[in-house]
Amino acid sequence: MPAATGLPLGAMIQLAWRNLWRNHRRTLIMLIAIIIGVWAMIFMTALMRGMVDQMLKDGIQSLPGMVQIHNSEYRDDPSIENSLEAPGAELLSALNSPLVFGWSSRVRVPAMISSEQGSRGVILVGIDPIAELSLGFDAGSINQGRFLEDAGDKGLIIGHKLLQRLETRLGKRVAVMSQDPDNNVADRGFRIVGVYKASLESQEEQFIYAGRDIVQALLKIGTQVSEIAINGEDYRDVAALQQLISATAPAGAEVLPWMELNSYLSMMLGMMDGVVLVWIIVIFLALSFGLANTLMMAVFERIREIGLMQALGMRPASILYQILVESLLLLLLGLLLGNLLAIATILPLRDGIDVSAVAKGMELMGAGSTLYPALKIRDLVTANVVVIILGLLTSLLPAWRASRYRPVEAIAKT
Amino acid sequence: MTAIKCVDLCKNYEQGDVVIKALDHVSLDIDAGSFICLSGPSGSGKTTLLNMIGGLDKLDSGEIDIDGQRVDQLGKGPLADLRLHNIGFVFQSYNLIPVLSARENVEFVMQVQGMTAAERRNKSLAILKEVGLAGMEDRRPAELSGGQQQRVAVARAIVSQPKLVLADEPTANLDSNTARQLMDLLRKLNQHHHVTFLIATHDEQVMEYAERLIKMQDGKVINDQLQA
Ligand SMILES: Nc1ncnc2c1ncn2[C@@H]1O[C@H](COP(=O)(O)OP(=O)(O)O)[C@@H](O)[C@H]1O
Ligand SMILES: [Mg+2]
Repeated sequence: MPAATGLPLGAMIQLAWRNLWRNHRRTLIMLIAIIIGVWAMIFMTALMRGMVDQMLKDGIQSLPGMVQIHNSEYRDDPSIENSLEAPGAELLSALNSPLVFGWSSRVRVPAMISSEQGSRGVILVGIDPIAELSLGFDAGSINQGRFLEDAGDKGLIIGHKLLQRLETRLGKRVAVMSQDPDNNVADRGFRIVGVYKASLESQEEQFIYAGRDIVQALLKIGTQVSEIAINGEDYRDVAALQQLISATAPAGAEVLPWMELNSYLSMMLGMMDGVVLVWIIVIFLALSFGLANTLMMAVFERIREIGLMQALGMRPASILYQILVESLLLLLLGLLLGNLLAIATILPLRDGIDVSAVAKGMELMGAGSTLYPALKIRDLVTANVVVIILGLLTSLLPAWRASRYRPVEAIAKT
Repeated sequence: MTAIKCVDLCKNYEQGDVVIKALDHVSLDIDAGSFICLSGPSGSGKTTLLNMIGGLDKLDSGEIDIDGQRVDQLGKGPLADLRLHNIGFVFQSYNLIPVLSARENVEFVMQVQGMTAAERRNKSLAILKEVGLAGMEDRRPAELSGGQQQRVAVARAIVSQPKLVLADEPTANLDSNTARQLMDLLRKLNQHHHVTFLIATHDEQVMEYAERLIKMQDGKVINDQLQA
């Protein structure tokens, strides 16, 4: 017969549950602390995730494109000499693959824009507007006038902030000046046909958009482009897309995913898991003192009983389990309620939290003025697993103390 | 038949510079089914002797043999098992687990032993009835009088037929009427169930119940005789 070592699990849980509620107040306080802690872990993590998601999306949006093809010299010297031929047949067939959600080719060149009131350095981007829409350009960001209609559209789109800086208006003419590959000055007048809003004002000041064919003609570069941008399904998973494009890109071209085009963004993404884990652990550490203290008090109050149980034939290990079960019940209850509270507070905020009041500060970090909390299953699991594992580890000390009382001493206490 | 054999038990406690001989070469044989009182003034070593026999504390020297098992040589775990299966305890007070009902307290030991729920239930209800607590099975200790609490403790001590019940001043917190009723009960259970009882007491009234009365003083047995 195997030696019975303690109570059966059901009886253990029942005893633990009743012991837990012997001191209502203490248990409730600890329970509330756990609930708030778990809520803070999950809610704040969702906000952080949401913020970084938004930063990445905005960042990729301003590139835009998850994978881009450039002339291999372009990144060192983004001038017009380092451009690409328009996509050939082989590349075109790859761009028709189901992995590709949209693609577009652009000409990018530094330029000077002048109104009657002033001039500013900008980046002139020649685009194919229809392709850009398929790439995820948000037509809703045009808040005055219209978007370009095709690559041969003669109009110009500028940012709202730039419009203010140049003290000009929709429908007015401006001059745009740049250099062609032979270093000859190339300039042209444009009528402002549309004004866009971006989540970042710096973007509104930096980029102006014209039809691609018009810009190619201005720079006398034929059908050459500066970059070809391609979008896949998920910005977190671009490896397959990059491979497909690399295999078909022309010689002398460089195919890079957004992570390499913008190392700041990719670093943000890479750091997030670590940041989330540290945050969860920091909150747990704050909780752990209360938890250990609560259990210590509970054990201390019950020294006699623990001695009695040992006298009745319960092994020290069973006493240890008994205290751990008690702690586990408290943790599970706190987790359950904490998770529910977190989900209940995150769901109503799905449509975004307006943080425009503090948006100026956020903009420095590259975030927009609306925050969308992002609840990730992975973060939920991490928070719950951390609380249970570290919670049980924290409970080991009080539980071990309880199991070490010698029955005579415990019973002799009055 | 000898159930418990104690040979030359010694236990000293040091308190500051003073060495207290709590057990001073105590030897004792206890027959199965006997009903023994251990008497003596406070501090004479009664509790110490019971604790040693029950494996709750370690001897300095000597041998204790319960049914062929050397208690003095067992480790913590096996000692717990020995208590679980062979020894029942009744203490002076705080005998019960406050969050468990009378029945659950009685079933506690059987639960640890791994008995099935149905068997436990039958046994606990029967024994609670036998100790006169029918109808009070679901009360928590706080809802029972001192005498009733001691009856629950007694029921728990004998319910799984241990070889030995060790009772340390079981009547010390009871009035003399209640004490008498409890002793009547212990005697009856001893006769019905043939469980061996070793009862430490300094109460004259309790000693009258003993078949055999052992007197201790200063850690020594000074008198050991059968009574009518
Ligand atoms: N844990 C201990 N530490 C020090 N002295 C003790 C301890 N336990 C018992 N003693 C001493 O041993 C002697 C016997 O005590 P005990 O067995 O409790 O006597 P009784 O139960 O007959 O009153 C007493 O002098 C007591 O003070
Ligand atoms: Mg005593």
